Amino acid sequence: MPSLKDLKNRIGSVKSTRKITKAMQMVAAAKLRRAQEAAEAARPYAERMAAVMASLAASVGQSDSAPRLLAGTGSDKVHLLVVMTAERGLCGGFNSTIVRLARSRAQELLSQGKTVKILTVGKKGREQLRRDLSDHFIGHVDLSEVKRVGYANAQAIAKDVLARFDADEFDVATIFFNRFQSVISQVPTAQQIIPAHFEGAAETEALYDYEPSEEGILADLLPRGVATQIFTALLENGASEQGARMSAMDNATRNAGDMIDRLTIEYNRSRQAAITKELIEIISGAEAL
Amino acid sequence: MANEMQFDLVTPERKLASYAATAVEIPGAEGDMTAMEGHSPLITSLRPGVLRATTSDGVKSFVVSGGFAEINASAISVLAERAVPIEEATGTIIDSMLDEARSLMEAALPEDRDAAQKLVHDIEMLRGTVAI
Repeated sequence: MPSLKDLKNRIGSVKSTRKITKAMQMVAAAKLRRAQEAAEAARPYAERMAAVMASLAASVGQSDSAPRLLAGTGSDKVHLLVVMTAERGLCGGFNSTIVRLARSRAQELLSQGKTVKILTVGKKGREQLRRDLSDHFIGHVDLSEVKRVGYANAQAIAKDVLARFDADEFDVATIFFNRFQSVISQVPTAQQIIPAHFEGAAETEALYDYEPSEEGILADLLPRGVATQIFTALLENGASEQGARMSAMDNATRNAGDMIDRLTIEYNRSRQAAITKELIEIISGAEAL
Repeated sequence: MANEMQFDLVTPERKLASYAATAVEIPGAEGDMTAMEGHSPLITSLRPGVLRATTSDGVKSFVVSGGFAEINASAISVLAERAVPIEEATGTIIDSMLDEARSLMEAALPEDRDAAQKLVHDIEMLRGTVAI
C-alpha cells in the first residue's frame, strides 16, 4: 500500500506527463495542417506528370529503344528498397508499420534467392532494421536537420538512386512510406519506382506533337518522375507522421487523465482510511478510560 | 480582344499561376514559341528561360527551368521543376542555378557534354535577360 505522500508524488508526475503529451499533440496538429497543405499543393504537379508520362510510356513503351528507366534492365535479381521513416519517435505505430512491410518484403525476396539492398531515409527505420538486415544497408539519408521537406531533398535522394541505377547496382527499386488517409489511418505502401510502372491504361484524348521527340521527352521526364514520386512519398510520410503522432499523443493524454482520476480516488480513500483509523483510536482510547 | 485559354504553371511544391491568358510565350527546348488559343496539341520540354503570359491585366513573367509544357487548343499547362515570378528572381537564385548546371557539366559524360554546356549557356543568357 503506497503512502499518501507516494500517491501525491505520482499524481504530480502523471500530471506533468499529461501536460507534455497535450503540448505535443497540439504541436503535431499544427504541423499536420502545414504538412497536409504541402501535400495538397504538390498534387497537381504529380498528377499531371504521371498522366503525361503514362501516355508517353504507352506509345514509346513497346519499341526496343525504350529507356532503361522504363523498360528495366531485363532482370530482377537485385532489389533496392528505399525505406522512408521518421526522424523522431513518439508517433504510435508509424515507423513500425513501414518497417514491418519493408522487412516482410525483404525476407520474401531473400527467400526467392534475390539480392536485397536497403537505402534508409530517416533515423528510426534504420534503427529498427539494423538488428536483422544491417548487412543489406547501402546508404542512409539523414533528414533530421531539415525543417520543411522541399523538392530539393527529394531531388537529392533521386540523384543518389539514379546514380546507383546507372552504375548497375540494382534492377528494381521500391519505395516504402505511409500514405496519409486520415489522422487515425495511415496506410503503409510499397511503390515501385524503377522500372517506372503506371497504373491503368492512359487514355489519349488528343494526338500530341512532341518537341524534341517522344523518346527525348520521355528520357528527360523519367528521372524527374522518380524525383516527383519520392517527393510525393516524403510529403505523404510527413503528413502521416504528424497524424500518427497527434492520435498517439491524444491517446496518451487521455490515458494520463484516466490514471490521474484513478490515483486521486485511491489517494482520497487512503486519506479517509487514515482519518477513520485515527478516530477509532481516539474513541476506543476514550472508552477504555 | 483575342480569345483566352486557361494557363496553369505548377512546380512540385506549389501552383504558381492559374488563370486565363491570351498568349503564352514559352522557352521551348528547340526555341521560343508563343501559344495562343487554338494551338495544335503539343508537348515540349523546357530550357531555362523566361516565360511570359499575356493576360487581361498585363504581361506576367516567370523564370522557369526544367520540365515541360503541355499545350492544347483551350489550355496550356507548364510543369516546371523550378519557377519564380520574375520580380523574385534575384541574382542569387540564378547564380545557384548556374552553379548547379556547371557542376552538372563537369560531371557529365563526354556524350552528354554538349547538352550540359547548352544548359549553362541558356542560364547565362537568362541572367542577361533578367538583369536588364
